Amino acid sequence: MALSKKDVKHIAKLARLGLSGKEKKKYLKDLGGILDYMEMLNEVDTKNVEPLALVTGLKNVLRKDENFHQLDIEKVKQIISQAAEREDNFIKTKPVLENK
Amino acid sequence: MNIKNLTIREVKRGLDKKEFSQEELRQEFLKSIKKKNPDLNAYLSVFKNEEPEVNKGVLAGVPCAIKDNILINGTGCTAASKILENYISTYDATVIKKLRGAGAVFLGKTNLDEFAMGSSTENSAFGPTKNPHDLTRVPGGSSGGSAAAVVAGLSIFALGSDTGGSIRLPASFCGVVGLKPTYGRVSRHGLMAMASSLDQIGPITKNSYDAALVLNIIAGSDKFDSTAVPKEAPDYTSGIDKSIKGLKIGIPKEYFSEGLDGKVNNVIQKAISKLQNLGAEIIDISLPHSEYALASYYIIMPCEVSSNLARYDGIKYGFSAKAKNLIDTYLKSREGGFGEEARRRIMLGTYALSAGYYNAYYKKAQQVRALIKKDFDEAFKKVDVIAGPTAPTVAFKLGEKVKDPLTMYLSDVYTVAINLAGVPALSVPCGFVNNLPVGLQLIGKHFDEAVILRTAHNYEHN
Repeated sequence: MALSKKDVKHIAKLARLGLSGKEKKKYLKDLGGILDYMEMLNEVDTKNVEPLALVTGLKNVLRKDENFHQLDIEKVKQIISQAAEREDNFIKTKPVLENK
Repeated sequence: MNIKNLTIREVKRGLDKKEFSQEELRQEFLKSIKKKNPDLNAYLSVFKNEEPEVNKGVLAGVPCAIKDNILINGTGCTAASKILENYISTYDATVIKKLRGAGAVFLGKTNLDEFAMGSSTENSAFGPTKNPHDLTRVPGGSSGGSAAAVVAGLSIFALGSDTGGSIRLPASFCGVVGLKPTYGRVSRHGLMAMASSLDQIGPITKNSYDAALVLNIIAGSDKFDSTAVPKEAPDYTSGIDKSIKGLKIGIPKEYFSEGLDGKVNNVIQKAISKLQNLGAEIIDISLPHSEYALASYYIIMPCEVSSNLARYDGIKYGFSAKAKNLIDTYLKSREGGFGEEARRRIMLGTYALSAGYYNAYYKKAQQVRALIKKDFDEAFKKVDVIAGPTAPTVAFKLGEKVKDPLTMYLSDVYTVAINLAGVPALSVPCGFVNNLPVGLQLIGKHFDEAVILRTAHNYEHN
C-alpha cells in the first residue's frame, strides 16, 4: 500500500507526535518499507479465522465493586508532584476548549 | 571473594556457612559494578545507600538487578527514555513486592531499548550496553542490561521483560539463561506496558535451576492484573533433575531455514544430538505459519504500542515541553521525549489502526496470530518440547543494524511466534561461535514451564 507524505502528516497528528520535515521524509521511507514487508500476510488464507488477541481464553474478569485502595494523602502528593504544572493537589493543563 | 559465577544456591550456602554476610556480598557487587559498569553500561542506576539489613526468605540476601521498565517504589524508572528521565515510581510492581517478600536485595536498574523496543539495547536514550564477551558487540535486546549484568558478575540474577524475544535474545547473545513464562503466568502490574497482549516478565539467570527458583517467587495471579491467570503455580525446582528419557522433542523445520547462520546451526545440531543422547526422542515437526510470524508481530505490537504510549503526554508526568496551547504541549513533549524507534512504532501502529486500514492490517494480523497459535497447539499434540535456535546469528556489532529497522527486526525471527502463541520458552547457552555464545531455545505448552526447565537442567548437567 503506497504511503504518501500527506498520510505521514495525518498519522503524526493522530499520534500527537511532532515531526520535523526531515523526519517526515525518513518515516515515509521507513514505514513504506515495513508496510511492503507486511504485504506477505495477504498470502495467508484467513477466511473464517477468528482474530486472536488473548491467548489464555480469560474473558470478562470481574471483581467486587469495592475500593481496595486506602486514600493516602502522601501518595497523592507524590503522584501529583510528578506533573510539570500543578496547583495544590491538582494537575494543571492548558485549556481543552479554546476561544476562537 | 569470587562473585562472578555465584548462583542463588551458592549464595545460600555461603550465607549459611557464614563465609560472607548479606551486607558483605552486597558491597562486593557494588564494588564490581563501580569497576565494570563504566565500560558495559549495564546499569542505568545503582542503589548505593540502601539501609543494611538482614533479609529473610527463599532469596534472602540474594543481589538482583531489575530492568528499568519495572517499578520500584520511590526510585527512578526511565524505560531508557528521555520522556521519563526524572520519573520516580510511586508504587512497587507485583514482582518487586514478591521478590522483596522473599528477601532479595535490589542492586539497581538495568539498561534497555527505549520502552523495551529493540533487539540490541542500542535504542536506549542513555547509551547502548556492551556485550561483556566483546565490547564492540551488542548484548541483544531489549533486556540487554539485565543479561550483561548477570554474565559479567554484576548481579546474581536479573528480571527482564519479553514482548517478542527481549529476554531470550539477550540471554542467547550473552550466554545466560533467560525464561519467558506463559502469558498470564506472571503479573504485569508495575511493568511499563509496551504491547499488553504479548508482554511478560521473566528471570535472567546463570542456570535453569536459578530460573526455576525465581519463577517460584514471581509466578501467580494478581488482583491488580486481570490477565494473570488464577492457576496455582507448582514448585518449579521439584523434579527439575528428573531424566528426560522418553521425552518427545520436536524440531520445527521452519526454524532451520536460509536465514540461520551455518555455524550457529552446527552448534544447535550438536545440542539436539546431546538431548537425544540423554534419552529424548527427536521428532521432525512443522510450524507451517512460522514465516508469517514476524509480519503479524510487527503489526500487532506497534498497534498496542501506539495505544499504550499515548499516556506519555507531557502533562501527568515526565518530560514536558513549554508550549502555548494543549495540542502543542502534546506534540512537542512527545517530539522531544521519544527516541527514533519509539516514534517509528507509534507511527506504524497509529497508521495500522486508523480508519480504513484496521481490517487490512490489525484484523489480518490477529487472524494470522490465531493460525500461529494453532500451529503450536497441533505440534504439542505430538511432542512435549519444541527445540531450535533462539537467534539466527551470534551477537552482532554495535551500529551494524541500527540504521535499517527491518534487518534489526529479523533478529527476532525465531522468538516472536512464541509471544503470539503465548507459550513459555527459554534460552539456554549451548556453545560458542568465534567465542560468542549461542542459545538453544526450548518451547513448552501453555503453563508447562516445568518441562522446559527440566530439559535445560538436564542439558546443563550432562
